[in-house]
Amino acid sequence: MNPVDVSPLTILVAAILTNNILLSHYLGMCSFIALSRRIDTAVGMGLAVTFVSTFTTALNWVIYHRVLAKGALSWLPGGLGAHVHLEVFSLIVFIAVIAAFVQVVEMALERFSPAMHQALGIFLPLITVNCAILGVALFMVIRGYGFLQSLAFGFGSGLGWLLAVLLMAGLRRRLRFSDVPRGLEGVGITLIVTGIMAMAFMAFAGMVRIQ
Amino acid sequence: MSRHLSTLVTPIWKENPIFFHVLGICSALAVTTRVSNALVMGAAVTVTAMATAICVSLLRPVVHRAVRLVVEMLVIATFVILFDVMLKAFWYDMSRQLGPYVGLIVTNCILLGRAEAFALKNPVFPSLLDGLGSGLGYSWVLVTVAVFREALGAGTLLGFPVLPEGAQPAQALFLPPGAFFLMGILVWVLSAVRRRP
Repeated sequence: MNPVDVSPLTILVAAILTNNILLSHYLGMCSFIALSRRIDTAVGMGLAVTFVSTFTTALNWVIYHRVLAKGALSWLPGGLGAHVHLEVFSLIVFIAVIAAFVQVVEMALERFSPAMHQALGIFLPLITVNCAILGVALFMVIRGYGFLQSLAFGFGSGLGWLLAVLLMAGLRRRLRFSDVPRGLEGVGITLIVTGIMAMAFMAFAGMVRIQ
Repeated sequence: MSRHLSTLVTPIWKENPIFFHVLGICSALAVTTRVSNALVMGAAVTVTAMATAICVSLLRPVVHRAVRLVVEMLVIATFVILFDVMLKAFWYDMSRQLGPYVGLIVTNCILLGRAEAFALKNPVFPSLLDGLGSGLGYSWVLVTVAVFREALGAGTLLGFPVLPEGAQPAQALFLPPGAFFLMGILVWVLSAVRRRP
């Protein structure tokens, strides 16, 4: 199916359940393993990821399609922009946008909502190196999504990551009381349980389909 | 000389970036469906890690502490983009298969982690060795996972059939759950091996 035809709602549901950014694209594993030890940190990081991924994806879409893509600058006078294409720089620009956005949000939170800053503050800087956010931006370009589709994709991917990390935190709380073989404790058992979770999520596969 | 050798070898085995630091697991899971993908990805990380190490080490005297993270990110992104563009130009099929994961090397914490922890404090030659070692440490894990996934999941190795006639490949290993299971088992085996005196 041509990605242009897919409705944003389908993309939203797919990004949460069938094409989960973590369980089927393996993105955001580092913070997933590190922060799923406790439920409150999992929720904090999940919310922060959802927030940042929604807005940076929209922002990156606008920048990519209005400045970086081939022919995007053709509105410049004198036909200057018609031959410029800055796609090469998209990686650097995406990262810069994500880092800058995170910084601005952190400052705004500190100023206007200290309570929120207390809750999310420590997670925000970590997001810059969370590959899920950059991954969403890169997938958006590769799949050729439109603006609303990208917005839905960014939001859905964030929610999907939140769901995965929250489930994992709940499971790991139970795991603490179980008899895990030595050597499998920590990272090993987390990976195995994630595998089982990915298998469970595959049951959604028939629901919606993108790519 | 032995000091240099240990700089090279430590990140390959004892302080393997994937198992010891749990860095770079995302791509280790994502590109390991085929051995060829894993080899290219391993090469990409090794080359960019070495180039980054050289640059960051050379820039030590001129870069102020406050801006070092930005400089490191820029250096890493530059080399990743170079590799990405070259791959697109000379091996388009591979570039399509790896998808966004080449670009995602930028957020692969191995590069930033090593630049920050080693290249920023050491001269060029040891930094280069550390970059090479980290890259190789990452690569062999990728290739190991890929060998199992391709041989058992598709019945081939680098495209050549390896399973005996009539054996049915286990497609589950190709799918995400298989990747997670295999990685979990590998972590288990390695920690068992390492604990043995």
